[in-house]
Amino acid sequence: MAETRPDRITGAQALIRALEHEHVELMFGYPGGCILPAYDPLLDSEIRHVLVRHEQGAGHAAEGYAHVTGKPGVAMVTSGPAATNLVTPLMDAYMDSIPMVAITGQVPTAAIGSDAFQECDTVGITRSCTKHNELVMSPADIPMAIRQAFHIATTGRPGPTLVDIPKDCLIAEMDWYWPTDQEVLDSLPGYRPNIKGHPRMIKEAAKLILASERPVVYAGGGILKARAAEALRDLVELIDAPVVTTLMARGAFPDDHPNCLGMPGMHGNATAVTSMQKSDLLIALGARFDDRITGKVDAFAPTAKVIHVDIDPAEQGKVRKPDVPIVGDADYVIREIIREIRARQAEGATQADTSAWKSTISGWREQFPLTYEMSEPGAALKPQYCIQQLHAHAPEGTIVASGVGQHQMYASQFWRFNEPYTWVNSGGLGTMGFAIPAAIGAKAARPDRTVWAVDGDGCFQMTAQELVTATLEKLPIKVALLNNSYLGMVRQWQEMFYDERYSEVFLDSSNTPDFVMWAESMGCAGFRVESPEEVAPTIEKANAINDRPVVIEFRTDAAEGVFPMVPAGASNDDLILHPSQQDRAAALQEER
Amino acid sequence: MSGSMNHHILSVLVQNRPGVLARVAGLFARRGYNIFSLAVAPAEQEGRSRITIVVDLDSAPLEQITKQLFKLIDVIKISELDPRRSVERELLIATVRAGTEARGAVLELVTIFEGKIIAVADEVLTVSLEGHPDKLDDFEDLLDSYGIVELQRTGRVALPKLDRGARLRAVN
Ligand SMILES: Cc1ncc(C[n+]2csc(CCOP(=O)(O)OP(=O)(O)O)c2C)c(N)n1
Ligand SMILES: [Mg+2]
Repeated sequence: MAETRPDRITGAQALIRALEHEHVELMFGYPGGCILPAYDPLLDSEIRHVLVRHEQGAGHAAEGYAHVTGKPGVAMVTSGPAATNLVTPLMDAYMDSIPMVAITGQVPTAAIGSDAFQECDTVGITRSCTKHNELVMSPADIPMAIRQAFHIATTGRPGPTLVDIPKDCLIAEMDWYWPTDQEVLDSLPGYRPNIKGHPRMIKEAAKLILASERPVVYAGGGILKARAAEALRDLVELIDAPVVTTLMARGAFPDDHPNCLGMPGMHGNATAVTSMQKSDLLIALGARFDDRITGKVDAFAPTAKVIHVDIDPAEQGKVRKPDVPIVGDADYVIREIIREIRARQAEGATQADTSAWKSTISGWREQFPLTYEMSEPGAALKPQYCIQQLHAHAPEGTIVASGVGQHQMYASQFWRFNEPYTWVNSGGLGTMGFAIPAAIGAKAARPDRTVWAVDGDGCFQMTAQELVTATLEKLPIKVALLNNSYLGMVRQWQEMFYDERYSEVFLDSSNTPDFVMWAESMGCAGFRVESPEEVAPTIEKANAINDRPVVIEFRTDAAEGVFPMVPAGASNDDLILHPSQQDRAAALQEER
Repeated sequence: MSGSMNHHILSVLVQNRPGVLARVAGLFARRGYNIFSLAVAPAEQEGRSRITIVVDLDSAPLEQITKQLFKLIDVIKISELDPRRSVERELLIATVRAGTEARGAVLELVTIFEGKIIAVADEVLTVSLEGHPDKLDDFEDLLDSYGIVELQRTGRVALPKLDRGARLRAVN
């Protein structure tokens, strides 16, 4: 096939063809003036485009898609207000290292800088919430810009990238070409993520692990990004160490595994939090020592040495100085550590005795399970109970997306995650309204799976319009709306730290809005549940509906709080237990 | 003044693409790092620029700054220049009061420092001096006693010192 005659196509055609070359099957977006030319060739493409109802929805849906597939989510929107509507999802994806490619229309090159209609400095605005962004100034540059955007979004520490394309570049013609891998690398001379980890550091890590009497594996979201769940399990079983899975890593290690202690951090369970505090070796894998995990940094895990495996060199020592920093891909490095431990064992090295540590931990687990009190007959539902029932009735492989607030913490605490890529949430940015659009993205990626969005009454009112998208695009997600009539998480802080002075947290959402009517008006099935006996049957009803989205509004107890809790800025040693466990707090400080 | 102990020089080789300076400056602003001075110009290789940044280490540890900088896709290479092992230069131009009584003294100062007179008017002179930033500091101090009307310094540029043989030709 001699390519003598140049293949003349428009920039818009080149854009769509470039997306096809990047194996994009699905994208989320919303058209408008400057991006208009790109929507025309889309009609002739195999790529499925999901038309959202707000650009923020496109961004979060792209994130949800990326969360469950590991493939980059794609969102395409127009210039100006559409680009600014995308800022929140970009920041969300940046914080949580989600691979995502955003394409924005821009005013024609000649109009840039003139305050033209719907002009905004998109690359300027998104510079600090993308891993990289680029304003294309010629149609000939489109294929390379798209290739770079996908390459950067998906390699190293993943993250969002953005390509801003002026309208005239979409309209004008160019000679199609598709850059080679080598050309992409050559165009990015400063970008070479380190995969392998330093062999000396890997040896050092193996040595520390074998010598540790109180190890804890601190698994972060990087495990999922690196697709390292299997390697993690091999390592944990080899050294028989306890594992904590952060909010971003729920599902990276099975909750039902005997070594799994669950979630650490501000609302982590007491055993997970305290085991880190008392550990002599934290094996941090794809985790970034977030303030929600460490509490007061100076008081965090004071006796622990730290092995820190992270693909982002800037995470090493950012918060806590590691004894053994390893910059590399978590999957690769964990396998190397396993190999090194095995080699040492083959040469006769033995592992230190961890049995006292294991018995201390099992003592804590017995005394400090996550707990709540069942509601009195006739009183509002307990949100934790709703989550447990949702989980009990969920088919295998169910994906849970969540909003931000108390309901998110209950979901993370009381759902049992046993499979990677089944938990989709906004960790770093804490974006209210994330659940519904993210669930739509997850459902679009995994139509075979049940997808529950666990949402709050506050969150729901931020992005509920995307249920119209879900109905019309035949993406039948299910929403469990925990309606406590409050901005519950904020209410809890006001209760605990502001003398119960409740300021602007009462949403008054027991009548307005009528969530069931609202759901029905958007084409969903809607149910309201007020008593414990109705919980399971209604969930079963919802599970049986697969031709449209379902919303179940659970009327939950506004006074319920999330426990345990480490107050912001406090030491993890000062965690506040559930009221029913506070009498035995001293047991957490006892050494065995 | 430039000679603080907590200053460190980063020589940052970047791809000369639109917005690269905004990326670097934005990163410093966003992460709360302080730039003491900054100089940018095309480097020896086509399509590359070199940014010499003097950072204030009271704001953040150097290691974090360089690692975060290196995450910028357009950043190709970062060299940390230890002031003891680098050559530094800066250019200063200043308009200074030099009426009849002071003129002789100012001219003498410029001569001692091997600076240049670049413009002359009745009451003022514009002078220039190129050299090590510390030398510029001294010059600026002394000029100030006559009254500096306007002053502009370029911010320092720096390169690693050459090895011994080559260094002999370098005067500080
Ligand atoms: C966009 C956004 N605005 C504000 C906040 C602060 N915030 C965190 S949780 C929360 C309350 C959420 O209320 P709701 O969705 O009802 O959940 P609940 O805590 O009641 O379960 C608020 C306002 C946020 N995280 N995100
Ligand atoms: Mg609420």
